[in-house]
Amino acid sequence: MTQAQVQETANAPALDDEPGIRKWQDYFSFNTDHKVIGIQYLVTTFIFYCIGGVMADLVRTELRTPEVDFVTPEVYNSLFTLHATIMIFLWIVPAGAGFANFLIPLMIGAKDMAFPRLNAVAFWMIPPAGLLLIASLVVGDAPDAGWTSYPPLSLVTGQVGEGIWIMSVLLLGTSSILGAINFLVTLLKMRIPGMGVHQMPLFCWAMFATSALTLVSTPVLAAGLILLAFDLIAGTTFFNPTGGGDPVVYQHMFWFYSHPAVYIMILPFFGAISEIIPVHSRKPIFGYKAIAYSSLAISFLGLIVWAHHMFTSGIPGWLRMFFMITTMIIAVPTGIKIFSWLGTMWGGKIQLNSAMLFAMGFVGTFVIGGISGVMLAAVPFDIHVHDTYFVVAHLHYVLFGGSVLGIYAAIYHWFPKITGRMVNEFWGKVHFALTIVGLNMTFLPMHKLGLMGMNRRIAQYDPKFTFLNEICTYGAYILAVSTFPFIINAIWSWLYGEKAGNNPWRALTLEWMTTSPPAIENFDRTPVLATGPYDYGLEKADEGVPLSDPNPILSGGPNSVLRAEPDPAVAANPEDRK
Amino acid sequence: MQSQTIDPAKTELNHHHAAEASVGHHEEHPDHRMFGLIVFLIAEGMIFMGLFGAYLAFRATLPAWPPAGTPELELLLPGVNTINLISSSFVMHNADTAIKKNDARGAQIWLAITAAMGAVFLVGQVYEYTHLEFGLTTNLFASAFYVLTGFHGLHVTIGVLAIVAVLWRSRTPGHYSNEKHFGIEAAEIYWHFVDVIWIILFGLLYIL
Repeated sequence: MTQAQVQETANAPALDDEPGIRKWQDYFSFNTDHKVIGIQYLVTTFIFYCIGGVMADLVRTELRTPEVDFVTPEVYNSLFTLHATIMIFLWIVPAGAGFANFLIPLMIGAKDMAFPRLNAVAFWMIPPAGLLLIASLVVGDAPDAGWTSYPPLSLVTGQVGEGIWIMSVLLLGTSSILGAINFLVTLLKMRIPGMGVHQMPLFCWAMFATSALTLVSTPVLAAGLILLAFDLIAGTTFFNPTGGGDPVVYQHMFWFYSHPAVYIMILPFFGAISEIIPVHSRKPIFGYKAIAYSSLAISFLGLIVWAHHMFTSGIPGWLRMFFMITTMIIAVPTGIKIFSWLGTMWGGKIQLNSAMLFAMGFVGTFVIGGISGVMLAAVPFDIHVHDTYFVVAHLHYVLFGGSVLGIYAAIYHWFPKITGRMVNEFWGKVHFALTIVGLNMTFLPMHKLGLMGMNRRIAQYDPKFTFLNEICTYGAYILAVSTFPFIINAIWSWLYGEKAGNNPWRALTLEWMTTSPPAIENFDRTPVLATGPYDYGLEKADEGVPLSDPNPILSGGPNSVLRAEPDPAVAANPEDRK
Repeated sequence: MQSQTIDPAKTELNHHHAAEASVGHHEEHPDHRMFGLIVFLIAEGMIFMGLFGAYLAFRATLPAWPPAGTPELELLLPGVNTINLISSSFVMHNADTAIKKNDARGAQIWLAITAAMGAVFLVGQVYEYTHLEFGLTTNLFASAFYVLTGFHGLHVTIGVLAIVAVLWRSRTPGHYSNEKHFGIEAAEIYWHFVDVIWIILFGLLYIL
């Protein structure tokens, strides 16, 4: 059977039609297509990332010299508060939801999410919440009590700003709960026949663990914020010691969400990395079940370790011990994942493209963040470096070296599927090099600064810290610059990039079995699994999937990955597979 | 990993799908709304768990609870209100049973009674608020009392509105039937949820 005949029988739209291309207006509307919503999430959150990044650079500019000479201390306080709030609640958490929105239905062969309208509602809560937060700068009373908003400090600084912060975070929390409900129901109820949980791609497992965590922990933050809002507005004293309240209760409620939140921020990208590494190493994933179950273990353990943020808050000694041990145990499932990724890469035919580079950068820098995390889990060490730049270094290695590199890896990997075009690899590599250099230059010296005793959240510091702070600041500028090759590359490639075809990476998960970008309802017929998601070692799988068939693992077809000989016409002409 | 070819017929899920297909769907798409509702209620439950946890923490850290000078709570009115709310859960269940027997008229009557009982509960709560001898900011117990019961009252209000909405929709003949009654079932489960939360709340605030 020739390619043309295959195309005819599959009744596939010709590739030139670009079936998934939508009008630009769709992206500014209350659209219920999960792919539109996914792109809305990704673009919106990236804009917030840039805003939060500008704030970070303003903070670093202030810290370039020991004196307060660039912004006033009040503005400085607002800047680091808004920087953290934006990066966490408006960039990393919703960016994970963006990938999940785009990918989950495609990966499990569904037409859309379980609740498309709820999905759109969840997205459209984000722009107003973000604008609200940024508008607080304009009214001149921006939140400035740190992203943790610990009372009683948060009750005595700016009332308007704090109120705005609470409202904004409540709105974003609601959005992520609604998203989590949607992901859970979609993952559990809408897989194609034949796809049991152990045939699910690992990204789906990761999103399952993330959503379960979101569902259980976010409402507790909401409860804490409700009580804080009453303290702030109605004059109650839940968290105010002057009226018999207990600020430590707020810390418990806050960290019951915000500790799991770090896993909400990293698990989706653990999942994405588990997709990216086998494809670009051309090897089956090493330890599928170990990676899948370790996600669940992380999300369970993540729920019982929150008070390790409170070792210096005056909690009893035995409780410190409990939280120290459980925190250290989390290193085990995390290590299992790292081990599995390295095992996957071991002996593989690694293609060093931008996606793989970012994925490898992710593994490397995340390990550094993970090790400093184990150090911080030890009570005596934590007491020593509490609220110093050591903590800042740790969290940035995890959140920038982990989540943000993971986001970039995922963008480079799925860019062809999302846009139908390839990114420019050269500029992708430039982006990677600048990011890795900037990231380590910014955050590595902070370990030393912390051990030397430099406090976080201060605009003015001892002149002996000047040199390392200068390095950090110039590193932050490199990070800012590193974004430009990416932005320009992404926009240019989206418009004029080389056509990607359905499956440029010759991947086996279902999202690559439809057109790029996918048509409105994803698949023109229900796909049938003929292979597991990571069977790359198999000879036939490595032949890749011919372009002409949008749905090639359909059972029995001549191009079915496992059951048929490779089409000689295609095998002879590798250009067709691009 | 998974090098073998998967036989779709042998997986558990497929078996499930095949069974579903043989029964035949009432609607074109399988109905995930009930599962979604339950997942949603887990999130709702966690908000209350957070509030209860905070309440217990305040209670545990303060030397005296309720703080000295808090007037004794009157138990009669909230007690009657509690019995009213628990009974309304059974009444609501009758509505569900009725619609499953295709008795739309009966379902409407039971729904109306439930909504009325919910409204009575809310009126009772407001009456209690106006007659209490402490205010929102009197002390920590008073604040917690008003915030917790108030937040629950908000949920009762939403429940009553949901039941009224279902009642309003059921005016259209055939809108709900023994085959298609998600709206009524959802309102019922939500109502049971509100009821269970109240039982915990009543135990915490009034009895413990």
